[in-house]
Amino acid sequence: MNCIIIDDEETARVIINKLCSKFNQINVIGDFPNAMKAIKFLNVNDVDLIFLDIHMPDFTGFDFIRTLKTPPKIILSTSDPKFAIEAFEYDCIVDYLVKPITPERFKRAVLKAETKTISTTDIKKNNETTADNHLYVNIDRRLIKIDIPSIYLVEAKGDYISIKTEDKNYTVHSTLKKIADKLPEHLFLKVHRSYIINVEKIIDIEDNSVLIKKDVIPVSRSNRPELMKRLNLL
Amino acid sequence: MNEKANMLYIESMSGGDVDFEKELIAIIKREYPKETKIYFENFNSKNYKLAADNVHKLKHKISILGLEKSYVMAGAYENNLLEGKITLSDDFETVLNTMADFLKELN
Repeated sequence: MNCIIIDDEETARVIINKLCSKFNQINVIGDFPNAMKAIKFLNVNDVDLIFLDIHMPDFTGFDFIRTLKTPPKIILSTSDPKFAIEAFEYDCIVDYLVKPITPERFKRAVLKAETKTISTTDIKKNNETTADNHLYVNIDRRLIKIDIPSIYLVEAKGDYISIKTEDKNYTVHSTLKKIADKLPEHLFLKVHRSYIINVEKIIDIEDNSVLIKKDVIPVSRSNRPELMKRLNLL
Repeated sequence: MNEKANMLYIESMSGGDVDFEKELIAIIKREYPKETKIYFENFNSKNYKLAADNVHKLKHKISILGLEKSYVMAGAYENNLLEGKITLSDDFETVLNTMADFLKELN
């Protein structure tokens, strides 16, 4: 399992890293002092398990979970047992560790993570709160909320994507695939290897291109049939 | 409270890995003064909600150093601070001093 650790306290991160090192099945691929850095990492990397502190300044562990469309398994760690009840509301949370974490208790948590499967209810719950309404993107260490229906075009630009909305354009360190996973399929379509469009914003289509706002976007031959299917042709 | 800090938790974590023990202690020594400084700033400014957050974070280090009774007291103090009560502040300061003295002794 590829995992990451999110905790604002370095001492806690080092301890969890040490505990993870005792399990061959766990591969720590990153640790982060705040949720925003983790979100940036998750925009371009997939993980199976997150060790997540709840009590962090600015952006709590629960705030972080709510930004994830398809949350991986999560093991919470905290010095405060009072959040346990809220933790039960999320199916993605497989265990709840109270600090200081002992090796024996940690082992039980890892076994739970290995055996538990995440129900689709939790994924749906997160989809309802994020994908259908809004998306958070990390720009200059700030999480900026974007209204999804207002997005009309997403363009891949090397390691970045450009998100164009009715009001503003955003450049984000991510991939077209990552954002495609977060956008509702009924509204968005990939028409070219570098472009995703909001089909409701199309003004007209000519040969192998579509006009959206003032942008002329190429449509690749392989994507054209799907685009045509989506149109309400007379 | 007269409780003594100890290395039992750190040793249980390290499994005899002395390098890990040194690394962990070095990090605690580095983080601890910063965390206490912020706590006192918030406490002295009567920002008790923020001071409660600082106590919350320090609780982990209190537990790592084996101060079990102090950990319970710190939890009560954290809750008191959230209600604007500071009656346990002296006890908490004693715990901070105990930790500081113990960390000074460690190589």
